[in-house]
Amino acid sequence: MSQASATDRALPNTYAAGLLGKRVPLYVLGAAFLISAVSFFLIGLAEGGSFNIVGVVLVTALLYMAGIYVTSLLIEGRRKATDRLVTALVGTAFVVALLPLISLVYTVIINGTARFDLEFFTYSMRNIVGEGGGIVHAIVGTLLMTLTAALISVPIGLLAAIYLVEYGRGTLARAITFFVDVMTGIPSIVAGLFAYSVFAIFFGPGIKLGIAGAIALSVLMIPIVVRSCEDMLKLVPNELREAAYALGVPKWLTVMKVVLPTSIAGIMTGVTLAIARVIGETAPLLVAAGFTNNLNYNLTEGRMQSLPVLVYNQYVSQGSVPQAYLDRAWAGALTLILIVMVLNLAARLIAKYFAPKTGR
Amino acid sequence: MNITRNAKRWGSLAAIAIAGSVVLTSCAANEGNASDTANDSGLSGTIVGGGASSQGVAQEAWVAAFQTANPDVTVEYDPTGSGTGRDNFIAGANWFTGSDRAFKDDELAEDNFAGCVPGTPIVEIPAYISPIAVIFNLDGIDSLNMDAATIAGVLKGDITNWNDPAIASQNEGVELPDLAITAVHRSDESGTTENLAEYLAAAAPDVWTAEVSGDWAWDGGEAAQGTSGVVDAVSGGTGTIGYADASRAGDLGTVAVQVGAEYVEYSAEAAAAIVDASPIVEGRDEVDLAIELDRTSEAEGVYPIVLISYLIACSEYEETERAELVQAYLDYVISDEGQQAAADAAGTAPISSSLFEKAKAAVDSIK
Amino acid sequence: MTTPATASRIKAKQRLGDRIFSSTALTAGSLILAILAAVAAFLMVESVPALTEDPEDVAILSGQPFWSYVAPLVFGTIWSAALALLMAVPVSIGIALFISHYAPRKLAAGLGYIIDLLAAVPSVVFGLWGANVLAPAVLPLYTWLTENLGWIPFFAPPASGTGRTILTAAIVLAVMILPIITALTREVFLQTPVLHEEAALALGATRWEMIRTAVLPFGKPGIISASMLGLGRALGETMAVAMVLSASGGVTFALLTSTNPGTIAANIALRFPEAFGTNINLLIATGLILFAITLVVNMIARWIIGRRKEFSGAN
Repeated sequence: MSQASATDRALPNTYAAGLLGKRVPLYVLGAAFLISAVSFFLIGLAEGGSFNIVGVVLVTALLYMAGIYVTSLLIEGRRKATDRLVTALVGTAFVVALLPLISLVYTVIINGTARFDLEFFTYSMRNIVGEGGGIVHAIVGTLLMTLTAALISVPIGLLAAIYLVEYGRGTLARAITFFVDVMTGIPSIVAGLFAYSVFAIFFGPGIKLGIAGAIALSVLMIPIVVRSCEDMLKLVPNELREAAYALGVPKWLTVMKVVLPTSIAGIMTGVTLAIARVIGETAPLLVAAGFTNNLNYNLTEGRMQSLPVLVYNQYVSQGSVPQAYLDRAWAGALTLILIVMVLNLAARLIAKYFAPKTGR
Repeated sequence: MNITRNAKRWGSLAAIAIAGSVVLTSCAANEGNASDTANDSGLSGTIVGGGASSQGVAQEAWVAAFQTANPDVTVEYDPTGSGTGRDNFIAGANWFTGSDRAFKDDELAEDNFAGCVPGTPIVEIPAYISPIAVIFNLDGIDSLNMDAATIAGVLKGDITNWNDPAIASQNEGVELPDLAITAVHRSDESGTTENLAEYLAAAAPDVWTAEVSGDWAWDGGEAAQGTSGVVDAVSGGTGTIGYADASRAGDLGTVAVQVGAEYVEYSAEAAAAIVDASPIVEGRDEVDLAIELDRTSEAEGVYPIVLISYLIACSEYEETERAELVQAYLDYVISDEGQQAAADAAGTAPISSSLFEKAKAAVDSIK
Repeated sequence: MTTPATASRIKAKQRLGDRIFSSTALTAGSLILAILAAVAAFLMVESVPALTEDPEDVAILSGQPFWSYVAPLVFGTIWSAALALLMAVPVSIGIALFISHYAPRKLAAGLGYIIDLLAAVPSVVFGLWGANVLAPAVLPLYTWLTENLGWIPFFAPPASGTGRTILTAAIVLAVMILPIITALTREVFLQTPVLHEEAALALGATRWEMIRTAVLPFGKPGIISASMLGLGRALGETMAVAMVLSASGGVTFALLTSTNPGTIAANIALRFPEAFGTNINLLIATGLILFAITLVVNMIARWIIGRRKEFSGAN
């Protein structure tokens, strides 16, 4: 908890707050930024290149660290100086993590809007050569396979979580908990190979089906569902269960009528997040469901396209008008990110609005 | 706990479900309009094909045009690679296949094509002729002259700088920079690599000492996945050189290859010319148009680095409905419109009229 | 604990509903173990042909024995993941500390959410970004490193002309595993007993000294297990590596040249769509090896976490 730091902010204490004035770090930061911005601007002018924002940020951070360390060392001594250096380092770490995120979101939006039009969402890629075309078939495939995966994994995951929380004792329960955790670490491509192997053994090699993709996704999804459901069920206060037992309610009815309704919001949040997690999976679908240009509603016959595979495919096999393929790839990536964001947002809204009133 | 809110909750769930089903029942604007247009050909069904990914773009163009002309027909061309395509054709799963090489004599001798009537010949048509360009990225230079030995030396990493005398001596008047060469090759097995290696092994056997195969034979150099990967790598770097389907050369510099005393830039005509200058493999049935490319041909106006990809079908199918559909499809592919469609979409070289005559006879024989 | 456990159990009446429900739950729980076993079993069955077949007949092997094909891939997998971990762990600890001990409390949750956003980006998008944005951007840096620090074996020249080296792939991997490591270490740091922190501050420690003496020792097992989980994720990451790395095979420690080892997962993704016959079995066999590696890494990580749970259960 950051209680400690909160208290020393509340009571300004010259021993803890340091001898440097509150503003001094800001001045140092400003100076560092100015120096690095100007020098990068001059380098940019000299070489005729563009202004390097990432370079400015990184050099600013380095200059600030050096500046604040020396300033503090001269005025406050070594220990304070180290403290300030670490503060700067920790802040820099956060900024460093933000850089790729900002860069990624920026490029996806800039490149993705080129083809983010009506045709993109009303056409498939059937009979499309070069420019044009859309992703209806991929969206349909993604929805079908992800929903099927959810239909498989939610009952299994939820029941397994109920077993772990309400019934599980001894070695078996410990083994399940342990292997569920281990299963969250299965590489997605291995799940795809597994689904492919299952169908290849029964239907002959080379088979690629939507349902195989769904099974691969559910292998990835089950452990996530179990974990989140387990956490949610554990949050249900024991008093509720005991009250039900005291009234003579059988255990299974207690679970169905008391425990589950109390935790339904959390479970739905968990399931939504699990869907968001697997909807962007590419490798298992590439292996198990293949790719196609045609719309396919049938999970049990023929290949099925999905959005992530479409993005990959457009990027990897560009035709003679490469830009058209790249535009589709970026627009597909933008759509994918939007879907994942909407799912994450939905999960948060569910958690917020459907949360039970625990009275605490 | 607030039980009455359950109703609301399930209500919203139902709304989501309805919205979902609306999306799922809608269909793509460009699909499922078969009944709208008149179907004059009377053909219907699904042709299952697959094979060489090099043909992928051309096949897309052919399929699109063929499906538009025959709305009740769906052609599935699955770019699984030549090897898979041939395997699936032998197993009868592919009705026809695209392959970067013709079947070998011993494969034909086994004669175990599940989809074809035993004892009947296989139809092989070199309907996809595509020049392979040697592309490079140097500021201000659009074209360089090289002979086979130089190309081989550069690509395998023997020649490491652009101002090497081997390059400079063939390009008088061009100011070559003092810059390291980054040679880019395909990381995956591909017909493009195989055809390039075949040319270099034939034309510069002293330098290109490796066995000809679809896998890159040398250590070092930059590896890139697929044609796009190579083009990306070459255009993204500086001082890079690589090889790719000529249709993808774009704004990159290209190498004019020495043939005889001339340096020849790639072009569709020059690529088609080498096919005409090469003999058909002897001792095969006349519907089997496997070609023995003469890579060292010194004929005028011939561009020797080409990729030839075959369309392979049975001459006699076990199931007659397959024959009709495959025949119609191949008939379109070798036609002028078909070849032109591929040329527009994939930059291939249309087959010559003499080859067309033979191909037409072969396709007509399918039953 | 979760269900009432009375010392002297009164035998409850066995109801049919109870029995059906509990056995359904038990079945679902056991099903998970069965699935995991099935994954291993099916992969093994499908890999057998690759091991028994004559290497001459497997096109991808082109004559070399199975293990000499797999060894460089295993090396590349571990090497790239280790590089990613090397970059991601310090940054993650920094971010976790920033969120748990430095940022204003009101902002902390929001900042955590921003980092979690990174985890929500699909790997194929990371691949697009890495290949089209990151690789060209780091190219000048690589050239500079090889020219000026080329005597260090890792930076041996010549620099790749495209920037798609194993280091670039490792950077992308590092960005991808950042949120996982950050989330876990953040949780552990937040659990540091407040009394320890206040005691350190009361003794006159600066904030950094407090963190060094109270927070980091307490969080060490957490950091280790979080890193192991991150490692597991990096080992199995497929699409981003497949799209960014230009793999030419071989074993090398040079980070910036155009000769880079491939990784198992990326190799499968690149080869699988065009594989046929025993090649598929070969790829599945490499997948089995990847499965085994990640399984071991994850089991070690979970074992560390589990041990710590028992230890800290007393609090």
